[in-house]
Amino acid sequence: MNQLIQYTLHLADNALIMGHRNSEWCGHGPALEQDIALSNISLDLLGQARNFYQYAASLINQSSPSQEATEDTLAYLRDAHEFYNCLLTELPNGDWAQTILKQFFFSTYQYHLYQQLQQHSDEQLKAIAAKALKEVTYHVRWSSEWVIRLGDGTEESKRRMLQAIDQVWMFTGELTDASDYEKKMRIDFDLLQQQWNTTVTKIFEEASLPLPVKSNWHQAGGKKGIHTEHLGFILAEMQFLQRAYPNSQW
Amino acid sequence: MIGEYGTKYYYGDYGEGKGGTPATSSQQQTQEEMNSWPLWEVFIRSKQGLDHKHVGSLHAADAQMAMENARDVYTRRNEGISIWVVESKYIHASNPDDAGSLYDPANDKAYRHPTFYNLPDEVKHM
Repeated sequence: MNQLIQYTLHLADNALIMGHRNSEWCGHGPALEQDIALSNISLDLLGQARNFYQYAASLINQSSPSQEATEDTLAYLRDAHEFYNCLLTELPNGDWAQTILKQFFFSTYQYHLYQQLQQHSDEQLKAIAAKALKEVTYHVRWSSEWVIRLGDGTEESKRRMLQAIDQVWMFTGELTDASDYEKKMRIDFDLLQQQWNTTVTKIFEEASLPLPVKSNWHQAGGKKGIHTEHLGFILAEMQFLQRAYPNSQW
Repeated sequence: MIGEYGTKYYYGDYGEGKGGTPATSSQQQTQEEMNSWPLWEVFIRSKQGLDHKHVGSLHAADAQMAMENARDVYTRRNEGISIWVVESKYIHASNPDDAGSLYDPANDKAYRHPTFYNLPDEVKHM
């Protein structure tokens, strides 16, 4: 598989799995308004995933005409080891604090990445990133305000944020740690990491949350198809219908 | 959903002797208010040149959150280009009981309507 295909799938998988996780909140949000907010973000991410999958499918079909990849076969008929999403996106939602924190880390990453991608030499990636950037800008705004609100809120909200940081932080390193195929995509990962750090530091300061000490070790593997046990369960639920009743539609 | 946030007060929602403001006398109600997010009224301008229209209400902890909730709840289908939010408690409503004295006197004063003028075609949104 060539690197552009793998990279496009990686971008698509990130959006799909994160979007799917958020969709689990639908009907369970702490308030009607926040339920809708998170479902909106979920749909935005699903839209991004579709764009990336459609592009990946066209690349796959060009490179080997015998295959008939579509956005659906890519989303529904690949196994866990063929998914290249970051581990952060597949983590369980936990409580509201953990969901918010995951979203904030992820959206900040997407925001700075898409800034670079909208200058990319690949016309399709460039176009998708430019379109998605508006959505992601809002996701960053929404999630950072929640981080500030919870971090600088009540004793309990702070305790839950600290707990969420403990749970999630070790998965953030992977976001800006370039895999082999990413290195070929002419993206400045040093800049990406620096920008991500700057945004997170700023919001954590406002939220009066301690920034965890920098460590050289972090959880990794998702970008290469090595996942936590959580992804299997996500796919089981998400892919069940297509696998049990192939090509069914409604 | 609303039940979680205590009583919802619409404009003109006058209770017995409450004068439009939620009663805060009982212990339970005070507790409810502490746990609740205030109610906000949302106004959306659908396009340039039109005025903001009341579209509904929502709960939010502060103005910022109210703005974002309004965006998420009321503009998902391209309904607007501008949002106003105002905390419901700052809106004063006329008392329905006064309707007779407030509005009925205008009934028989047709000469106050500008129907005797021809409106030029160029004037929009009247």
